[in-house]
Amino acid sequence: MTGAVFTRTRNGAALPLARVPVTDFDAFRGALLGDLAAGRRLVSFFATPEAGAAAALWAVVADDGPGTLAVARTLLEGDGFPSLTPAAPQAHLFEREMAEQLGLKPQGHPWLKPVRYRPSWRSGHDAWGRTEGEPILPAVGDFFRVEGDEVHEVAVGPVHAGVIEPGHFRFQCHGERVFHLEIALGFQHRGVEESLLGGPHRQTTARIETLAGDTTIGHATAFAQAVEALSARSAPPRAQAIRGIALELERLANHAGDLGALAGDVGFLPTASFCGRLRGDFLNMTALLCGNRFGRGLVRPGGTLVDLDDALAAELGRRLEETMTDLRGAAELLFGAATVLARFEGTGRVDPATAEALGLVGPAARGCGIDQDVRRDHPTGIYRFTHVPVMTAHDGDVNARAFVRWLEAQRSHDFVKAQLASLPTGTIRAQEKPIRPEHVAISLVEGWRGEICHVAVTDAEGRFSRYKVVDPSFHNWMGLAMALRNEEISDFPLCNKSFNLSYCGHDL
Amino acid sequence: MIRTLLARISQKHRTILWPDGPAPALAQRYRGLPAIDAARCPEGCRDCADACPTEAIAFSGGKPQLDLGRCLFCPECEAACPEKAISFTSDYRLSVRARDDLRLEGAALPLAKALDAKLLSLFGRSLKLRQVSAGGCNACEADVNVLGTIGWDLGRFGIQVVASPRHADGLLITGPVTKNMELALKKTWDAVPPPKIVIAVGACAISGGPYYDRPEQLGGAAAVVPVDLFVAGCPPHPLTILDGLLRLLGRLEDEGRIAAR
Repeated sequence: MTGAVFTRTRNGAALPLARVPVTDFDAFRGALLGDLAAGRRLVSFFATPEAGAAAALWAVVADDGPGTLAVARTLLEGDGFPSLTPAAPQAHLFEREMAEQLGLKPQGHPWLKPVRYRPSWRSGHDAWGRTEGEPILPAVGDFFRVEGDEVHEVAVGPVHAGVIEPGHFRFQCHGERVFHLEIALGFQHRGVEESLLGGPHRQTTARIETLAGDTTIGHATAFAQAVEALSARSAPPRAQAIRGIALELERLANHAGDLGALAGDVGFLPTASFCGRLRGDFLNMTALLCGNRFGRGLVRPGGTLVDLDDALAAELGRRLEETMTDLRGAAELLFGAATVLARFEGTGRVDPATAEALGLVGPAARGCGIDQDVRRDHPTGIYRFTHVPVMTAHDGDVNARAFVRWLEAQRSHDFVKAQLASLPTGTIRAQEKPIRPEHVAISLVEGWRGEICHVAVTDAEGRFSRYKVVDPSFHNWMGLAMALRNEEISDFPLCNKSFNLSYCGHDL
Repeated sequence: MIRTLLARISQKHRTILWPDGPAPALAQRYRGLPAIDAARCPEGCRDCADACPTEAIAFSGGKPQLDLGRCLFCPECEAACPEKAISFTSDYRLSVRARDDLRLEGAALPLAKALDAKLLSLFGRSLKLRQVSAGGCNACEADVNVLGTIGWDLGRFGIQVVASPRHADGLLITGPVTKNMELALKKTWDAVPPPKIVIAVGACAISGGPYYDRPEQLGGAAAVVPVDLFVAGCPPHPLTILDGLLRLLGRLEDEGRIAAR
């Protein structure tokens, strides 16, 4: 990494702002593009309002091999800057986001559209020249269109047929064949990032826990790590183990649910039925731990709110084995059925080069053979002491994404079982300490959908002057669009389920 | 085929017996209906209100009043109280017919009464609902979905989530209703043929929940449509949602109030 521009750090660490030099834009851009061309990943890329300038741009890059992160910043004098997206497609949605939030104009961006359909934070600066107060309607605007006599367009959503979150999908079809899918989101936008400014407030934890409600533990852990880094303290070992158990239970519940949903989408009812119930059994284990099926009220900066006594640990262990036996039966039935494999294999393929170029994360990336996992590459907490093997598959299709989930579920089970058998002793919460002013902390967690990234920047009073959240779905929605190319439109539900992305995690 | 049958046998019969039999066991740490013993409140203490992430607790006459419609059932107030005057019970029955019924003033929660005779004759044995997530975080959505699994088998009560508002008798709404979902929600509502009902599930759909003070949302479903049933929680347990639905349809026998605490 170009030393003069980027400052090296690691996951779960904080740096004084003075150690992150403000470089000029050309040097920043050159160093960032150089890093990405060398195979490093763009973990976060965002803009913050800055007095006396248009904005400050921040970039965080991960080097998975040595397990390091690097952060850089620059100041923009005017609203325009040459887009990085043509050279580095991973930047595409980040640049759209900064255009929307601060009215910046990444010149040469191939498809500069709003992300969440909301007004700019900076009055008088709008990337699309909309006047202030003009109504902004979600998913209204240009869509990529394929023209031709036999080409037709199919529009779906925001309200869908199932019990799921809203989003708008626009297909360009030739008969049943999808030439192109464009996804327009933003319907779930609740203003989470804006609301975190000036915090932490008393509302902050509840908003972190509902960033993506099915990833409560993942986001709460990322937040806790960021605050711990900023206040130079760490959670006691016992709390770290409990957080790890909760994170893996969250993965187990969602992976089990996804296997069932995928089975349901190809009409394989036995596994669909079994897994619907098994998902609930995993959620109930989380409830056993903290009283809430989604893990609300468990993870807090400094540790956890509740402890695990011997009786509870034994009960959790008993239920884990019982549920895992049933999950094994359900999964083996699924992957052993020729009718299922005939539908899973070769459907919704994403090739590894596309996955890398777009910066896909989680099971969607690992299903393309991309060997990355925050738990191994950038371990924090309990994962520094207990390693979870990284599972990959190589075909990049629905089957690969499903099979990676089943492999990961087994590893999560092994991990939870081992932790329950050897919980560290001691307290569960470190003493509170003030958040240090003018620092930046970067916190990564491998949530069940993939890499969660929180970047917290503090002001002179130790309040958040910026709190940037990147949910794994932010990286992966474009992956779903690519998976649909040349597929039959009737396979959309199956492909969609194989990614199972978060709408609210994307919309914030 | 034989493998499928063997798997079916080993997975066993899993549908809960409730309401004909016992309710499924809730976790010991489950946080249900809060109980407040205002007599224990120290003079001038507002620690619970100050800790609450959604300003669900207000003080009037020195006594705390809790708005269950805003309550996230998080542990903050219980932890903040120096006298342990607030505690969470295991009572999962948290559904009411009117928004004001959720404002607890020490006494009791007036549980949801059944629909009127005309609507009951239409929906009592067959209720088709269209679900709309309008800013929900996918936790309420997930626990509504759970009711369709074999463990809960919502279909045995004649209740079904359908794919189109045109096929529905009403809406089940989750989320605070973001501004970006306002029009879609209204159009979905307009597409449901009358007579029709609305069920608001979760703190967001009742009051905006964790986002109660954000300008990007409207403070719940009632801002756009008339609500017939409010189901409190963040998210409500599936048992809480089912209890609310069955009360609304007059399918539960204990119509009485929860005893005063």
